[in-house]
Amino acid sequence: MDDTRVEAFADAAADGVDFDGIEAQVEGDSYTLSTADGTTAEGSVAALADVDPAVERYVTNWYFWHATAPQAEPRWAFLRWLEGADEHAVPERYDRLDGGVTTTWGELAVTVELDADGDRVYDLRHEADRGVDADDLDRYDDPVAARELAKHDERDRYRPLKTAPTLQTGWVFPELDPAALVETVHAFYPATVQNWYRERQGDLDVTHWHETTQRQTGIYGVVKTWDRGEGYEHVNWVAEACCDDSQCLKRREWEYDGETDLDVDGGDGEFPCREPCSVVITAARQWTKIESEQPRTYEFELTPSEKEQVEEIVDAVADGRVDDIREADIYDGANRYRARFLRAKLFDDEGNFDGVPTED
Amino acid sequence: MKPALVIAAHGSHLNAESSTPTFSHADTIRATGAFSEVRESFWKEEPAFREGLRTVDAEEVYLVPLFVSEGYFTEQVIPREFRLEGWDPDLWESDGTSASDASLTAGDTGQTVHYCGPVGTHDSMSDVIVQRAKSVTGDPDVGEGFGLAVVGHGTERNENSAKAIEYHADRIREMDRFDEVQALFMDEDPEVDDVTDFFESEDIVVVPLFIADGYHTQEDIPEDMGLCEDYREGYDVPTEVDGHDIWYAGAVGTEPLMADVVLERAADAGADVSGAIDQVRDRTRGADPATGD
Repeated sequence: MDDTRVEAFADAAADGVDFDGIEAQVEGDSYTLSTADGTTAEGSVAALADVDPAVERYVTNWYFWHATAPQAEPRWAFLRWLEGADEHAVPERYDRLDGGVTTTWGELAVTVELDADGDRVYDLRHEADRGVDADDLDRYDDPVAARELAKHDERDRYRPLKTAPTLQTGWVFPELDPAALVETVHAFYPATVQNWYRERQGDLDVTHWHETTQRQTGIYGVVKTWDRGEGYEHVNWVAEACCDDSQCLKRREWEYDGETDLDVDGGDGEFPCREPCSVVITAARQWTKIESEQPRTYEFELTPSEKEQVEEIVDAVADGRVDDIREADIYDGANRYRARFLRAKLFDDEGNFDGVPTED
Repeated sequence: MKPALVIAAHGSHLNAESSTPTFSHADTIRATGAFSEVRESFWKEEPAFREGLRTVDAEEVYLVPLFVSEGYFTEQVIPREFRLEGWDPDLWESDGTSASDASLTAGDTGQTVHYCGPVGTHDSMSDVIVQRAKSVTGDPDVGEGFGLAVVGHGTERNENSAKAIEYHADRIREMDRFDEVQALFMDEDPEVDDVTDFFESEDIVVVPLFIADGYHTQEDIPEDMGLCEDYREGYDVPTEVDGHDIWYAGAVGTEPLMADVVLERAADAGADVSGAIDQVRDRTRGADPATGD
């Protein structure tokens, strides 16, 4: 064990150490210590560097959590959670860490391993790339690189919502230190560690739909008019449209208001969503305008298959399935040729469905 | 512990490059080590304004809006979303371009927040506009024989929007560096469409006072000025229009020297960043713009 760790541990033990299963005291030049698995040792501080290897693990573990890991509580707690510090005592934890412990966070997979000094080294990659040799992935070392990776999906489309389940694959940050690991996670999923921590502490501040819409101003002020205390069915639709696991990996914790839960499940994500986000509010503004229209009755002539085809097209777009439909899969109603045939047959030159004009 | 810096910017749901200047300027400032942390926070991206402060450990935070003018965002949206307790626009005692700073407590985190005026109205922004003219012409001595147009969005809804543009046009005119300086607008008179009507000089540098390149600076303004029929065709710098050479600079916010303005805002609010300001000026004068890829 190197002198830095021994000296730091001895300094702390002068005030008494009781952390993760090791208790130690230093008085003058002598130390005494005991560990959770029953090992005891005592001697001169100068000889502390030569303690039993079983004890050394406790000492390097203490050093990592007090001198190497970021001391900000949310980050510290997140790093502890990644290696299961609350579930596994030091000897068992070190055995596990020797083989690498992997945890997922959204679409990220974080693997923590020990280095020779008992510090931790983190491998961060897309969960879909678990098990892939790091040499076969694009290597990055600087957390800033994550910003660019998070910006576009696999098809190079902009990702305005960082927690959309569309993170590109094929990259790895193979050797991050603890501070850099948390920074990189932040670049992929901003503020998720902080909100997860607050939730664990029981003080996540949730702002529900009603309260969020009421504070909107400017062009978003219009969403208040969609919220007249006449039920919350429309908010169910919003949540079903935007806040499903297929669209966002945050677990929705906001409801209609403090007393009224939505009927739609909030999802299974590890990190909580504490209020309607800017994407939801922007969409709600558009729906507010659209929903203010009065329904009218239109008459269309459709065959049963054509009606089903319209349903299949809406489904395919809503589920993002359009690009998965095979070119010549004429059996799928949302197939492009099928859609083009429907348009050729039923739309007039002005684009009116079944030749029926849209009336205000 | 040193204080932190949080830069508040608009961001976009549609344009991937909107946030690029924010990140670039933050990176430049981060590299100086003047703050314990430098964080970006956005109206339309993440981390959201509502959660920007909780990602910061420091007890004391300088909050600088990366916006062009005082108005709706700086007076209503940012203070509300960052939960600055007791905020009132009167705390700035501003005439529309003179906001400096006000110290408040954040309701979210209890941090002390030194809320600064926007970058766009800071005096040193005039220097960035001149730097932009140097960058686009490739001439560090640009001025003689040149006209300069400072272009703003302009809006009937907020008089401060035009004030910021006119403020810098006046300041640069007083520098006596360019033969002529004009403030022009997209949505109010005098309009940028008629840019050549306002200048005698054969060469005109056009610098839009916008934070990021996007729809207005890359599509509207070049087409309105007649640099191209369709922005997708691109245009030369300079392009000849009505017998004038138009040197179109794109958004001033992409100029690397903008990082200096962010620091100046924090310095005016009491941050100890004089060393960082010198470093940033050295590094960013003549550096390539932060336009992203």
